[in-house]
Amino acid sequence: MSALAAAAGAPSRTPDHAVAKSAPVYVDDPIRAFAVVTIFWGVVGFLAGTFVASQLAFPFMNLDLPWTTFGRVRPVHTSAVIFAFGGNALFMTSLYIVQRTCGARLFGGNPAAWFLFWCYQLVIVLAASGYVLGVTSGKEYAEFEWYVDALLTVMWVAYLVIYVGTVMKRTEPHIYVANWFFLAFIITVAMLHLGNNAAIPIALGSTKAYHFASGVQDAMIQWWYGHNAVGFFLTAAFLGMMYYFIPKQANRPVYSYRLSIVHFWALTFLYIWAGPHHLHYTALPEWAQMLGMTFSIMLWMPSWGGMINGIMTLSGAWEKLRTDPGLRFSVTAVAFYGMSTFEGPLMSVRAVNSLSHWTDWTIGHVHSGAMGWVGFIVFGTLYYLVPVLWKRSQVYSAKLMSWHFWIATLGIVFYITAMWVSGIMQGLMWRAYDEFGFLQYSFVETVQAMHPFYVIRMLGGVLYVTGALIMAYNLWMTVRSPSTAPVRAPQAAAAE
Amino acid sequence: MAFTHEKIETNVILMAVLTLITVAIGGLVQIVPLFTIESTIEKVDGMRPYSPLELAGRNIYIREGCYTCHSQQVRPFRDELERYGHFSLAAESMYDHPFQWGSKRTGPDLARLGGKYSNDWHVAHLIDPRAVVPESIMPPYAFLARRPLEANDIEAHLRTLRLLGVPYTDEMIANARADLVAQTDPDGNSDALLKRYPKAVVAAFQGEPGKPTEMDALVAYLQMLGTLVDFKSVNIEQLRQ
Repeated sequence: MSALAAAAGAPSRTPDHAVAKSAPVYVDDPIRAFAVVTIFWGVVGFLAGTFVASQLAFPFMNLDLPWTTFGRVRPVHTSAVIFAFGGNALFMTSLYIVQRTCGARLFGGNPAAWFLFWCYQLVIVLAASGYVLGVTSGKEYAEFEWYVDALLTVMWVAYLVIYVGTVMKRTEPHIYVANWFFLAFIITVAMLHLGNNAAIPIALGSTKAYHFASGVQDAMIQWWYGHNAVGFFLTAAFLGMMYYFIPKQANRPVYSYRLSIVHFWALTFLYIWAGPHHLHYTALPEWAQMLGMTFSIMLWMPSWGGMINGIMTLSGAWEKLRTDPGLRFSVTAVAFYGMSTFEGPLMSVRAVNSLSHWTDWTIGHVHSGAMGWVGFIVFGTLYYLVPVLWKRSQVYSAKLMSWHFWIATLGIVFYITAMWVSGIMQGLMWRAYDEFGFLQYSFVETVQAMHPFYVIRMLGGVLYVTGALIMAYNLWMTVRSPSTAPVRAPQAAAAE
Repeated sequence: MAFTHEKIETNVILMAVLTLITVAIGGLVQIVPLFTIESTIEKVDGMRPYSPLELAGRNIYIREGCYTCHSQQVRPFRDELERYGHFSLAAESMYDHPFQWGSKRTGPDLARLGGKYSNDWHVAHLIDPRAVVPESIMPPYAFLARRPLEANDIEAHLRTLRLLGVPYTDEMIANARADLVAQTDPDGNSDALLKRYPKAVVAAFQGEPGKPTEMDALVAYLQMLGTLVDFKSVNIEQLRQ
């Protein structure tokens, strides 16, 4: 490790290089708990997604009950995968990484981390139970009602204090690049959360609140939030994960220090402008739409800069892709990131968007990012981190990891190809004219045409859940296998 | 002295402040002018706050997550104009807290749904969508017909919205409950209601006058969607944003 750090030359290129001498006792118990709930909520979120996918293919799956209709369960799915699965994975990794790269015990110690843990689980349970009972703010990906928003605000401030406090305690002069991304994620999500959820409850005893903005202004605020929930929650923070775990798994320094600086500032500046591409040709004034489109296209550059930085970190270690299925997940994730961040700018072009908007193409795009990038980088991280956290030499079964990889990849391919076809087909059918100059298809005919693709999409979901269950079993068996770690020898700390 | 990135990456407070500034710019440029540029919301006649029954219906629409499958935003394309009607104006959602333009059309756009189908059609369709449209994949909402509308706090809804800028008058708030019941009773006197809320659809939607159910509220809302602005009196200059 130290030889690598010397070879790296520039500051901050290799994780943990300051830590070798006298590692403090890190806060790990809550991080283990975050790992467990990440897996748990992942399975729940994927199951919920597969369930709502089955409702679109077979409407009887709505079960004729108020709380199992698509409209109520779909937010359960989106919140479960974004906030419960993704969010817990971010707490797990950010709290793990900040301690290692700063050579400092977490600010506030165990109580602070446990506070974050239980507060966040409470947020998730309150939100999800609200959705099925019909409590929702009606703003996509921000459906939490005001009392859940308030609780989340309190814990988010605590998160910022704990995170910055730990960075300030660091024994290493430089702040490692992964922490820049986590910091940007914490700050930006705070800003977005407050802006998009500023609402007045009708009474303190009521679950109902009205958002301060209306109509066109609310639409702009919503997609300023919505697109940057993608940009900072699902991208910047997961890039932090990439910048730490891919170098660790490959045992190579980050490809380019300079590129990480450009990547970071370009991404944080450009992303926030992209929201209006969700509102092309709507009543949002055209100047705002043009700004959104222009910045969305520019965003392609930092996105691919980051992808190159992640993938090229494997220079000199490519053979590990063959031997380490965990690393294969992480690198495939970055490849999916590259694909989605190419597709995104394409879809933000107004002419393309006039076809793709409102259709399943958008759904497919989101899922290549969510299943391919977010999901796979978390799986790769878990396969690395669970043995480390539980002090096991390796994952229980490399073969099962490979099975998970191929089943999940097949699931994604099913999903996104089905949505490409159905999305483009439906977009074309809506605007088709017959020889007499009449609209060729009634709306319901276009719905009918979607059926086979909705079935394929559902099967893709089944495969993805199956992969996640295999992972849960494999990691459970890893934890149950006998401990292999030596008892806190200095070398062990250095290897960490 | 040349600037190096080292200054930023060795000072977490500096990094946090610079990050906040960097991420704040885009949002400020795109959002603030929408509140200050007057032409953002077109000056057209006909817009009014939702009647109490329509508002209750809109809240059911939100509660059931209808926006996860239906948009309320017609774009200015030939096929959308022919399929749905006039393209949507910003003015038409000026009292919508929150907006419900949606992001997906698993079902058709609803921005101009009002008046296209009969009340009976809506009730039958919501109870069992496939009884009316066999190919539909919409969930059934029969339970709405069985639930009496709970609207004891309707004044609080109106008052909160007034605080946010929706022009509900004292008179509207004082009569909120009476108006709510009156809109479901076509045999009663609805003059005062229609004076306060022109074009409101007064009907025994589900068939029981004066006893509003959740179904009544939702159908009252669906039947007024996109009907308020009289497009015959609008000229294109008015629509320039």
